[in-house]
Amino acid sequence: MSFHPNDIARRSRIASVLLIAAFVWLGGAFFRAQVQHHEDYELRSRLNRLREVPLPAPRGIIYDRNGQIIAESVPGYTVLLTLDRGRQSQRAMEDTLRATLRRLGQIIDYPEEQIESAVRRYRRDPNRPAVVLADADFTTVSVLEERVAEFPGLLIQAAPKRFYPLRDTVGAFVGYTGEINETELGSSEYEGYKAGQQIGKSGLEKQYEARLRGKEGMRFVEVDARNRVVKRENVRPDLLPEAPPPLYTNIDLDLQRFVFGLMEGDTSLTGGILALDPRTGGVLAMHSNPTFDPNHFIGGISTEEYAGLTNDPRHPLYNKVIQGRYPPASTFKLITSAIAIERGVVNLDTRMPQPCTGGMWIGNRYFRCWDHSGHGDITLRQAIAKSCDVYFYQLGLRLGLEEMLAGGVRIGMNEKSGIDLPNELKPRWPADIKYFDDTYGPQHWSRTVVASLAIGQADDAQTVANMARLYAALATDGAAPRPRIVQGDPVRTPAFRLSDEQLDGLRLALADVVSARGTAGASALQGITIAGKTGTAQTGRPGERDHAWFVGFAPAEDPKIVVAVFIEHGEHGSAAARLASRTIEQYLRAPTAPVPVTEEGP
Amino acid sequence: MIRRAVRDVPLVTIALLLSLYGIAMVFSAGVTEVRTPAEGLWRTQAMWCLLGMTGAYVVSRFSVRIIEWLSWPAYLFSLLLLAVLLVPGLGGGAGTAASTKSWLVIGGIRLGQPAELAKLTVVLMLARVLSQRREAPSSLLELWKPALVVGVPWLLIMAQPDLGSGLAFVGIFFAMLFWAGVPWRLLLLLASPAVSLVLSFDMWWWGGWFLLLLALVVSYRPYLVEGVVLVVANVVMGVVAPIMWDRLAPYQQKRLLVFIDPQADPRGASWHVLQSQTAIGSGGWFGTGWTAGPQKGLAFLPEQHTDFIFAVVGEELGFIGVSVALGLFLLLFLRVVRIAQRANEPFSGLVAFGLLASWFVHVIVNIGMTLNLMPITGIPLPFFSYGGSFMLASWLAVGVLVRISSEGRGQLGQLSV
Repeated sequence: MSFHPNDIARRSRIASVLLIAAFVWLGGAFFRAQVQHHEDYELRSRLNRLREVPLPAPRGIIYDRNGQIIAESVPGYTVLLTLDRGRQSQRAMEDTLRATLRRLGQIIDYPEEQIESAVRRYRRDPNRPAVVLADADFTTVSVLEERVAEFPGLLIQAAPKRFYPLRDTVGAFVGYTGEINETELGSSEYEGYKAGQQIGKSGLEKQYEARLRGKEGMRFVEVDARNRVVKRENVRPDLLPEAPPPLYTNIDLDLQRFVFGLMEGDTSLTGGILALDPRTGGVLAMHSNPTFDPNHFIGGISTEEYAGLTNDPRHPLYNKVIQGRYPPASTFKLITSAIAIERGVVNLDTRMPQPCTGGMWIGNRYFRCWDHSGHGDITLRQAIAKSCDVYFYQLGLRLGLEEMLAGGVRIGMNEKSGIDLPNELKPRWPADIKYFDDTYGPQHWSRTVVASLAIGQADDAQTVANMARLYAALATDGAAPRPRIVQGDPVRTPAFRLSDEQLDGLRLALADVVSARGTAGASALQGITIAGKTGTAQTGRPGERDHAWFVGFAPAEDPKIVVAVFIEHGEHGSAAARLASRTIEQYLRAPTAPVPVTEEGP
Repeated sequence: MIRRAVRDVPLVTIALLLSLYGIAMVFSAGVTEVRTPAEGLWRTQAMWCLLGMTGAYVVSRFSVRIIEWLSWPAYLFSLLLLAVLLVPGLGGGAGTAASTKSWLVIGGIRLGQPAELAKLTVVLMLARVLSQRREAPSSLLELWKPALVVGVPWLLIMAQPDLGSGLAFVGIFFAMLFWAGVPWRLLLLLASPAVSLVLSFDMWWWGGWFLLLLALVVSYRPYLVEGVVLVVANVVMGVVAPIMWDRLAPYQQKRLLVFIDPQADPRGASWHVLQSQTAIGSGGWFGTGWTAGPQKGLAFLPEQHTDFIFAVVGEELGFIGVSVALGLFLLLFLRVVRIAQRANEPFSGLVAFGLLASWFVHVIVNIGMTLNLMPITGIPLPFFSYGGSFMLASWLAVGVLVRISSEGRGQLGQLSV
């Protein structure tokens, strides 16, 4: 071959040039990657090794009107597991999670069904760490902290936890929080929420979710290629969670405690009580008995306890104030009177053609008065005080069914009170005559139903909240305030178009009820005139004791509080009246006079 | 004094600097947040380096004639070793090519990679064969002997399969033919079946290539048989390639696909490439600092002490560190070109250039692979990648080159690189 020095020299030159060209090419490629695209790769390198761990925000504090705490956030712990996103298939990741949780189950109590639910939650949002324990107690945390090295990816995270210092005292309205479930995650109402987050599940917590929810923060941990957490602190500055401003309510916790004590003391008592400020609709106290301790729901309630609550025949999870619907009975007579006066059918001194003799015939049916001895010939004012049924039968008939129904619709007898709580039930009130045709068939009802409606029976079932709202209207200028737990501008809708004199007259008649002359005379207070109406509602089932109602306000001349009480099988309205009068006494004579609170703070 | 012992100071200095750089990187590859097998391996690597330098010194004491005389038995011995690997139970895998049989394993102990030895012996043998001819071959048929010398070990290596070493053999073959003065048109014709193979995936490309080839064949006017064989070979390659593709192991297919599109499967096959690119790119101008690379430290880099060690250089020492390494390699290669040029007889020059070609393929393919410029083949980086037999072989090559250099023409001191 050709090994002449000249040829060799030529080939050396070619080889050198090629070598230099190759290295320039390589160097250029590195320059492109390291200098020109440095930032892209830098970012990719960071994303590679950083895992985001959400820092839950504390929920807003809920205060009463005097700055006492109804709900707050206290330190708690969640246990999370970071998993590598996407390196393996979703299926394989779930298997990894399952296997890790089973190993965890060997050192802490972690039953199989909890594993499955953790896997389901994780499936929902695989980009976030899987929530192992939403609320871990201190012993579990210390056990895990000790052995964290055995569980790569395990993170123990301080997470604020909801706490209700008054426990079951506020159980009726405050509600509770819980982890967002799959249905909620899928609904548009919870857009932007992520799996594992806490949301209000009922009561105020749910109603004011948007205002109570804080802004979630973010912490970064560094993981290695096998997703083991290698660095927990100061990887990158944390994005701190933000708590929302507190929520101020109209609740008077002193009164709430008192009301709770009144009802809780009687273990057999089932019912609800609502105290409103008639001028603003502000809810001063609300209790439904029996109730529950919302703290038990935080971090997940045990299945047995939950079953116990749902299977209890007295339905502790039910808020009887807004979810119980009962015939308002005699408490309704005042409403009938107001509608009739408004229509100009009667005034407070009108007597009925037929005096009460303990009952009366209407058509071919005999309608009884509750007092079989009869009330004689009385005026409307006296009829209210004595709660005379016979008088109101006739008043109803005089008003007429159409007028009666229309009057009820006008004042919102078939509307929710609009209280700021979720799950309020709509009261029942026939909107028009067609209702009876539809319900019973055109031939199977009689227009005498108006007589029953006039005394608050038949197809009328009201919530405690709605009755309180209507009495608040009568206690003031005829406009019904919307009951509000959280402070805000009062919303009042016109209900009764009555003159001041007419309203004063009704109030005077009502005041007679809680006096020696009336049905709740035993509940009268020294120095405070209570205006109110008892009610005794038949259950419709033989052998069962009647339900007891009382709705009233005080002081009668300048009402500052409306109280509506309902007691299931309370036998007679006077039982409810007793509770109401003590509540009123407590409120009006309490050493701490109610102080208005501004939005800024107590 | 030193000059008398070392005989080619620039060459040895560059090789020593590269080795020290490499050992430092192997040390860094062992510094991780979580324990990896690479921890503490730098000591072993340094030991092999010392051993290799001793070997190099010994080799440099032998005359080139003795080396030439040794090339036949050495070649046959390496062929034997390569054949033995194919015996079930004796071949084992490692690194990115874990499923292959490139390691000689006896009694569960991995003794070394015979392919590394074969690279050296094939260079010697090929140099011997090529240096015996006095005239440049004018036809492909005259190249049967060198083709056989490379072809036999190449087939044995491809049977493992070890794509990377196979590539090195091809590089050695063409480079040495070039140095022997084989005309470039002949080289092109020789390479044409491989080009056909690559282009067979697109009919139009292959058609164009085929027309070009026909024109070449006509203008070059080879023997008739030769021309026909060439054309047939190209047709066969163009048709056979898709069938060959189907016969490739899935991991090989994947690697080739990933080479074409690294985003195709970011967490699967292209994981290595993406992580390596990320590490290098995040290094910037100056890198994250020696031993401080997070990609490496958190074990995102695959095979960080062997095949992908250059990604550690890129991440920790940045573009500056990369430039220094590339610069050292380039200096080494230019020095070897100079040694080949100064060689006082054809065998020495051919050996020098063959060794250069072997190193060059390793460097280009290995470093190119870390930036996805080359397919992943599991080919190590000389002086850097952890591995005893490769370090030893590299230094033995240095020893041979020192000897050739010392027997070459001219004054050593006057030569610059």
